[in-house]
Amino acid sequence: MSKEQLEYTEKVMDHYEHPRNVGLVEDANGIGVVGNPTCGDVMKLSIRVENDRIVDVKFKTFGCGAAIATSSMVTEMVKGKTLDEALQISNKAVAEALGGLPRVKMHCSVLAEDALKAAIDDYRQNQKVE
Amino acid sequence: MKPIYMDHHATTPIDPMVLQAMMPYLTDIFGNPSSTTHEYGREARSAVEKARGQLADLIGAQEAAEIVFTSGATEADNLALKGIGFHSSHGKGHLITIAIEHKAILDTVSKMQKQGFDVDFAPIDASGQVDLEALQKLIRPDTILITIQAANSEIGTLQPIAEIGKIAHERGIVFHTDAVQALGKIDIDVVRDSIDMLSISAHKMYGPKGVGALYVRKGVRLASQIDGGGHEHGFRSGTLNVAGIVGLGAAAELAKKELQSEAPRLRKLRDRLIKKIEANLDFSTLNGHRTNRLPNNVNFSFAFVEGESLLLACRDVALSSGSACTSSSLQSSYVLKAIGVPDSLAHCSIRFGLGKSNTEEHIDYLVDLLKKHVVRLREMSPLYDMAKEGIDIDHHQWGEHSHDEH
Repeated sequence: MSKEQLEYTEKVMDHYEHPRNVGLVEDANGIGVVGNPTCGDVMKLSIRVENDRIVDVKFKTFGCGAAIATSSMVTEMVKGKTLDEALQISNKAVAEALGGLPRVKMHCSVLAEDALKAAIDDYRQNQKVE
Repeated sequence: MKPIYMDHHATTPIDPMVLQAMMPYLTDIFGNPSSTTHEYGREARSAVEKARGQLADLIGAQEAAEIVFTSGATEADNLALKGIGFHSSHGKGHLITIAIEHKAILDTVSKMQKQGFDVDFAPIDASGQVDLEALQKLIRPDTILITIQAANSEIGTLQPIAEIGKIAHERGIVFHTDAVQALGKIDIDVVRDSIDMLSISAHKMYGPKGVGALYVRKGVRLASQIDGGGHEHGFRSGTLNVAGIVGLGAAAELAKKELQSEAPRLRKLRDRLIKKIEANLDFSTLNGHRTNRLPNNVNFSFAFVEGESLLLACRDVALSSGSACTSSSLQSSYVLKAIGVPDSLAHCSIRFGLGKSNTEEHIDYLVDLLKKHVVRLREMSPLYDMAKEGIDIDHHQWGEHSHDEH
């Protein structure tokens, strides 16, 4: 692709306008918070893991349109997956599932990947304690 | 349907009357104003001189010859600063400015600093207004120039240019002001306000892009920055952009004519917007000065809602934001930073730039849109939850961040 993508794809707009899985999983056993308001984006991802599988997932995000859309997309992608399968999902895969992101927005997809890793880490830490 | 345009600090559409004035100079009247040996050239020359007069009239210049046409305000700013620096003091000397100038000033002084000039930034208050006492104390025997904008393009704050001009003249220092945002919005008179140089852009006042001017008071000597042919009294070489200059002149005449009616109308719209936002949306803070601001500028931070996402939600209105995510540099607004707005709120800022096409209906429509989407996006924002729990997000311990931008 030689032409630089400047605008959001229809899929990004769809996830931005109708984000899936917004909120906090009530009986979450893993929570990841990444980002920083100083940098302009914060993502909180909560998961409910049962038998090593993500059975419920929700997000809350402060960030640009791309940050919100990638958050929404990542929740769709991991629901029902085992933890190891979920950890295989890269930021590039999330961006691709959205039909691509403008180059300057690629870093937003890193946030979604980081939030997922942080939530799974948190779950595993919780398991050790129990 | 195209969005409602509300970004008039970025640019304005060409007024139909301005375009009409320009048209003949893009077609039949094509002569080079330097070719005074024939009719073609003389026609073009007289159009350029008419425009010079119209512009001089707008700013109260005593002589039309004090207007130097340029490619825009960026060039005018460069000519003013480098011109004075490399003429009067042979590459040395002291300049005073403020941190919220346009990049055409800031990048120029920073380059001059590297070349051996000294630069001081006069302190500004939380609204962006310069501290006059502190400014006076910065003046040194080798101060060659004070350059302070008339109005800020992001937060609309007006500077006390007449007072600054008086201070400069008492100390025998040249005073330059970038008046790009202010012309046609507030009354400026270079003689009354003791201004020695003033930068002008056509496209910010319903004229065409690619043309501007620098007012240079008679007696102020500048080193030219573009050489070859000695046009514009040797200040700026290059065949004149006749159609553009005619457009600039027509825009100046229109700005002067409409100032008395348009500025109060815009001020009313501005105050309506500020009042309605404050009445309808909590956690919203006005950036800049409440009253001492451009009649067409409003700038708010809507806490816990990132600016780019709000622009996207409100895309039926063309607006801009100080958020990092809307800049190519991925840095939030340096203007908001300089007046002490924390990064967390700079990312949440939206600039509303009102203009001739905007109406009360636009304001009401916009506020409804903001209400709907700020509430929706806050429901989605983890920061809003934290704030409701009483956590101060600016002093919270945030974890390590793997962002590319830092």
